[in-house]
Parts: sequence; C-alpha cells; structure tokens
Amino acid sequence: MREKAEQIAQLLLAIAFGLFVAASYLIDFQPGQQMGETFGTTALTFLGLLPCAFLLIALFDVWVKRETVERHLGLGSGPQAYVWTMLLAGMTVGGLYLAFPVACSLAKKGARLGLIFAYVNFAGVCRIPMIAFEASVMGWKFTAARMIVSIPLVILASELLGIALEHRGYTVHLD
Amino acid sequence: MFIQNANTNSNPVGATMVFLYATTAVALVISLAVNRAKTTEALILAIKRLLKILPAFATMMVLFSVTITLLPQETVARMIGRESGWMGVAIAAGVGSIVFMPGFIAFPLSGALLKQGIPYMVLAAFTTTLMMVGFLTYPLERECFGRSVTLIRNAICLLIALIVAMAVGLVFGEWGT
Repeated sequence: MREKAEQIAQLLLAIAFGLFVAASYLIDFQPGQQMGETFGTTALTFLGLLPCAFLLIALFDVWVKRETVERHLGLGSGPQAYVWTMLLAGMTVGGLYLAFPVACSLAKKGARLGLIFAYVNFAGVCRIPMIAFEASVMGWKFTAARMIVSIPLVILASELLGIALEHRGYTVHLD
Repeated sequence: MFIQNANTNSNPVGATMVFLYATTAVALVISLAVNRAKTTEALILAIKRLLKILPAFATMMVLFSVTITLLPQETVARMIGRESGWMGVAIAAGVGSIVFMPGFIAFPLSGALLKQGIPYMVLAAFTTTLMMVGFLTYPLERECFGRSVTLIRNAICLLIALIVAMAVGLVFGEWGT
C-alpha cells in the first residue's frame, strides 16, 4: 500500500517536472529549460551506465554461490571481512547510486549487515579512481589523513549499526 | 557538465564507460559460453531490477536537475568560500550533503578553492559529505535500506565527515584560525 503511494508520488513528480520544463520552453523561462537540458544529458549518461552495471550485478547473482559470500562476509566472518569489503568497494564504479544495488545483492547472498553498511560507506571513502584523483589535486597528506580517520570510523559505525539492527530483526529490502 | 565530454577517452567518465562496457562484454561472453540458461536468467533478472529501480532513478535525476540549476558550481564555490573557520566546515558539510557532483568535477573545484586559500578542513567536510552523504540518492537508498535506516546511515556519515574535517584541520594546523 505504502509502496504503491510512493510509486504514484514518484510518477507525479516526473509528470510535474515534465510539464514544468515544457512550460518553460513555451514562455522561454531560462532556468526551467536548463533543468530540462540537465535532465536529458544526465538521463543519457545513466542509460549508458545502468544496463551494464545491472547486468554485471545479475551475473554476480547467478554465478557466485551463496556459500562463498556467506563464508567470507557472513555472520561468522572475522575482521578480515572488512578488508574484502573495502577492496570490493574500491572497485565500485560511479558513486553511491550504484553501491545500493550491489549492497542488496550482497545481502541476498548472506553478507552480514555490518559489512553491507561498510560496503556502501567505503564506496564513498575509498573508490580507487577517486583516491588517485583526489590525491593529485589535494595532495597525499590530505588524502592520507582523510582515509586514516574515516576507515576506522566507518568500520566502527557500520559494525555497531549492523549489530543493533540485527538484534531488531531488520533486513535489507530485496527484490 | 555531466556528459558533454563523455565520449572522449581522456575524460574520466569516458574511461569508466569504456572499462564498464569492456568488463560487461567479457563477463557476458564467458557466461554465455559456460551456461546459456544461467546467462538468460541473469539477463531477465537485470531487466526486472532495472525496471523496478527506474522510477527512483528518475526521481533522483529530477532532484539533481533542479539542484544543479539552482545551485550551480559557481554558487557552491561561493558558498563554501565565504566562511573559513568552523562555520565554513558546517556550511561545506551542508552543501556537500545536498548537492551531487561526480568526482571529476568536485576535486578540480576543491583544488581551485584550495588555491584561493580555503582551509583543508572546509574542503574535507565538502568532499567527504559529497561522497558519503546523499540527499539526492535518498529515493534509491530507501529502496534498499528503507526510510529510517537510510536516515540513520546518512546521519552517521555526516558525523564521520565532521570528525574527518576536524582531524584534517588538526593535521594541517588550521584549528583556531
């Protein structure tokens, strides 16, 4: 029921936006036209990116055994699981928006909650191309300081959040 | 500013796209060669999920188009550059949480602000929230984590970003300036 209402809200937002952009062209309202153009170029970028990303995730779902993920990232996994999670997050392309579908997939395969949150947060902290770019602009001292402080904090926060939510019987929304 | 150069290889987006397409193509070919049925299953799964997530994606893109038009790069730069001390950190964290920028725009912008004398800790607050806290990705994150956990995760990451900014300020001796 609530999901239905949300879908309708999203549809209404899209329609309202479309009408607003169309009206902006009619009355020559610059900012509205610019919003429409931005939407168009962004949509094109995403339409190029999404099918590949979702196909890779689906291939992961089909081919990687549940036991493999469970053994390395499941409830019994040790601290080294955070290293695997960090490496996995380091290879994430795009940004947070592509980390969520991957996180869902990992959850479905039996990864524990703390690692799911750590994956998403790490995707914001240590994507490899991002680190290289950041260091070249801001200097290695900046990047090193940022990483040295944020990595332990991410692990601590994700672990605590995971434990708290696992006690409450929370599960990630799956498809 | 998001896609204009997406077709040139020197651009990070272009490079990412090429890498992504190549990886997907190789994976798909291998998968097909090994097991056709499983590959079909994966294709159907991918299409189903993509269709399911599309409304949330559309919402995100609408929000993105509106914010980037109302808060263009120059405005963001001006907002971050106005205050330098703790107030600057707070503003930068707020702006970074709301706007959405790919790294290849955000880092050159930060580099330019650094040259203008904006402290490292302010820029740390900006880039860290930009990468970890997502107001615009909320519709997508909610699909995965649900409403309250999405809010909690983002609040935690905002806090982490503020601690990171403080630490960076300490490292560069910017406290009390």
